[in-house]
Amino acid sequence: MSVEVKNGLDIKKTIRELIKQHGTERAELIPIMQKINAAFGYISSEAIEELAILMNLPTNQIFTVATFYRMLSTEPRGKHVIQFCESAPCHVAGGRQVWLALQEALGIKSGQTSQDNKWTLLTTSCLGACGIGPVLVIDQDIYGNVQPQQVKNILSRYE
Amino acid sequence: MKAVRSMVLVSSDAESIALGANEVFSAFQQKIQDYGLSDEISISFISDIGHNSAAPLVIIYPEAVIYGPVKPDDVLDIVEEHLDKGHIVERKLVPAHELSEHLAWLSSRKGTLPAENRIVLKNVGLIDPENIEDYIALDGYQALGTVLGKTPAETIGIIKDSGLRGRGGAGFPTGLKWSFVAKTHIDKKYVVCNADESEPGTFKDRLVLEGDPHAIIEAMAIAAYAVGADEGYVYIRGEYGLAIERMKVAIKQAREYGLLGKNIFSSKFSFDLHVHAGAGAYICGEETALIESIEGKRGEPRSRPPYPTTFGLWGKPTLVNNVETLANIPAIIRNGADWYRSIGTPSSPGTKVYTILGNVNVTGLIEVPMGITLREVITIYAKGMKGGTFKMAQTGGSSGSIIPANLQDTPMDFDSFKTASVSLGSGALLICNQEICVVDLAKVLLNFFRFESCGKCNPCRIGCQKSFEILSNIAEGIGTLQDLEDLQMMADQLYELSNCGLGQTAGSPLKDILTYFHAEVESHIRLKVCPADTCPMSGKTIYQVGQEVKITREQGA
Repeated sequence: MSVEVKNGLDIKKTIRELIKQHGTERAELIPIMQKINAAFGYISSEAIEELAILMNLPTNQIFTVATFYRMLSTEPRGKHVIQFCESAPCHVAGGRQVWLALQEALGIKSGQTSQDNKWTLLTTSCLGACGIGPVLVIDQDIYGNVQPQQVKNILSRYE
Repeated sequence: MKAVRSMVLVSSDAESIALGANEVFSAFQQKIQDYGLSDEISISFISDIGHNSAAPLVIIYPEAVIYGPVKPDDVLDIVEEHLDKGHIVERKLVPAHELSEHLAWLSSRKGTLPAENRIVLKNVGLIDPENIEDYIALDGYQALGTVLGKTPAETIGIIKDSGLRGRGGAGFPTGLKWSFVAKTHIDKKYVVCNADESEPGTFKDRLVLEGDPHAIIEAMAIAAYAVGADEGYVYIRGEYGLAIERMKVAIKQAREYGLLGKNIFSSKFSFDLHVHAGAGAYICGEETALIESIEGKRGEPRSRPPYPTTFGLWGKPTLVNNVETLANIPAIIRNGADWYRSIGTPSSPGTKVYTILGNVNVTGLIEVPMGITLREVITIYAKGMKGGTFKMAQTGGSSGSIIPANLQDTPMDFDSFKTASVSLGSGALLICNQEICVVDLAKVLLNFFRFESCGKCNPCRIGCQKSFEILSNIAEGIGTLQDLEDLQMMADQLYELSNCGLGQTAGSPLKDILTYFHAEVESHIRLKVCPADTCPMSGKTIYQVGQEVKITREQGA
């Protein structure tokens, strides 16, 4: 099995480093997985197995936590992740039209990654920026009061 | 509706009509026109505002004065004196003893705007949240010093006397909760701040965490001293990156100043805090799910009892309080319980932070005394409706209630809302105009719940999905009358059988649309017409009985 490497990081080495920092208490599992997710974009099955060994937990216990939380992914995602808020406040402010424009501009549907691996499109529950709905988040950038006709312009800012 | 200077409301319950409310209404229309004020003043009827012996009543905003009984002959005086010159016509005011309870309360404020009164958000925007000295300069950590000179029982006594109730949504008396934890005789106890603010439409806690993190640290230290805890967690939702960073900085500074750690203020009291970042799950706002999540597990709620106050984090007694609740604590200790009781209503003292959203001219956040009405919020703070008239509001986020226009004069405090079977919830006020369809809104809410349901108990997992399917069918114009009964049944069963608050409240939008907007839902079924012209009504079958469904998130599906 080849060792997973991203951005020059070796997954096993990274996990060992993280365990050194955090220790092997069960309470540290989620903080560790958040850091893995941030560094690699997702938590691979290789990462889950490595965590299971080092934290002395059954693999399924780690998998079940990784799949429960929305901010952790067990599947690779595109270079940029778009999260669109689908909660009621954004919906009432005209969210559906923006959502349709977004799908049309990207040519993908919710939960899909574009073929060139550039975009992953996700819907999300409230992001706590309801005063400026409809809201969409690309990577860490929050866009508020989005109008359908602005979508293309916003997307063009990303390489 | 454009923003107007004043608003005249005429009561239109059966008694008022019998006593001439219609004539009073026309007289107002005529006189307002005569004085050339039509552009500045709006006039409307309001229905049931409580029984009284002075009908018909006329309420004028923004002063919130109540005149009554008003005869057509009195209208000229009111228009000339009050609306044109700005003097309240004292002799026509309703005597306080003739008003029923909630109107009487409104009347006691006559002549004053229900002004913003900041306790929770007092320092937000005024101090540098990353500099502890700014906070200390504004009396910060003074309350902690005061408390360490008292006994824990005295401290809990102050909080009990203040009447503070939990601001997370349930309104449980805070002092009582503290005393439950204090009563347990176990060495290790925890204090947890619930900052997993994921109720759609709510962002009040984020502003406190980002703008005044030391207030939370101080409040948690006071709580820990009162209940006998020495360790605490601040559970902040993962999406709030800035809040997490600021809280970490604040904790570090508090440690450097000796305000966290061993022997605080040279007393025997030691307390330290950790920050735990959530990983994205609405259910973790439920206190037992939050505890499971801190322990590194799936955020699935536990069965209760035992409650966290006796069996919480790692099996130890744990006090879980919301951010807004905690932010009240230092001010109560500094100014005393009597001061706190002087704000708000007798049963719900203090202020409440509301987030105003939806089809209004100004969205945002206000902190006002408990007991303000929805109409006042819309007229005064939101500067009126945008793109139509007021149809309904959703209070308290997704798990709150959908309330129709005729309930907008109910004072917003825990008890008045409970009497009206409305949930105050987290304080989110989503204001909707005529263009919003109730079926479509309920569909969006159930889409949220079916995804956010943790899946542990069947009534919630299956009930949310089935309700969503029924609503989708109704929105496509293929609903049947049986669906109405099924939705009612789903709402009842979700409430009665679900394990935790998520499932128990998931049915409330269903119950509310069937109670208040039955005709609109029925029109989708009988006439195949969506009165708000929002639903697709394509006649396509979206969900069939017995069809296997994979739950994926998709906007409005």
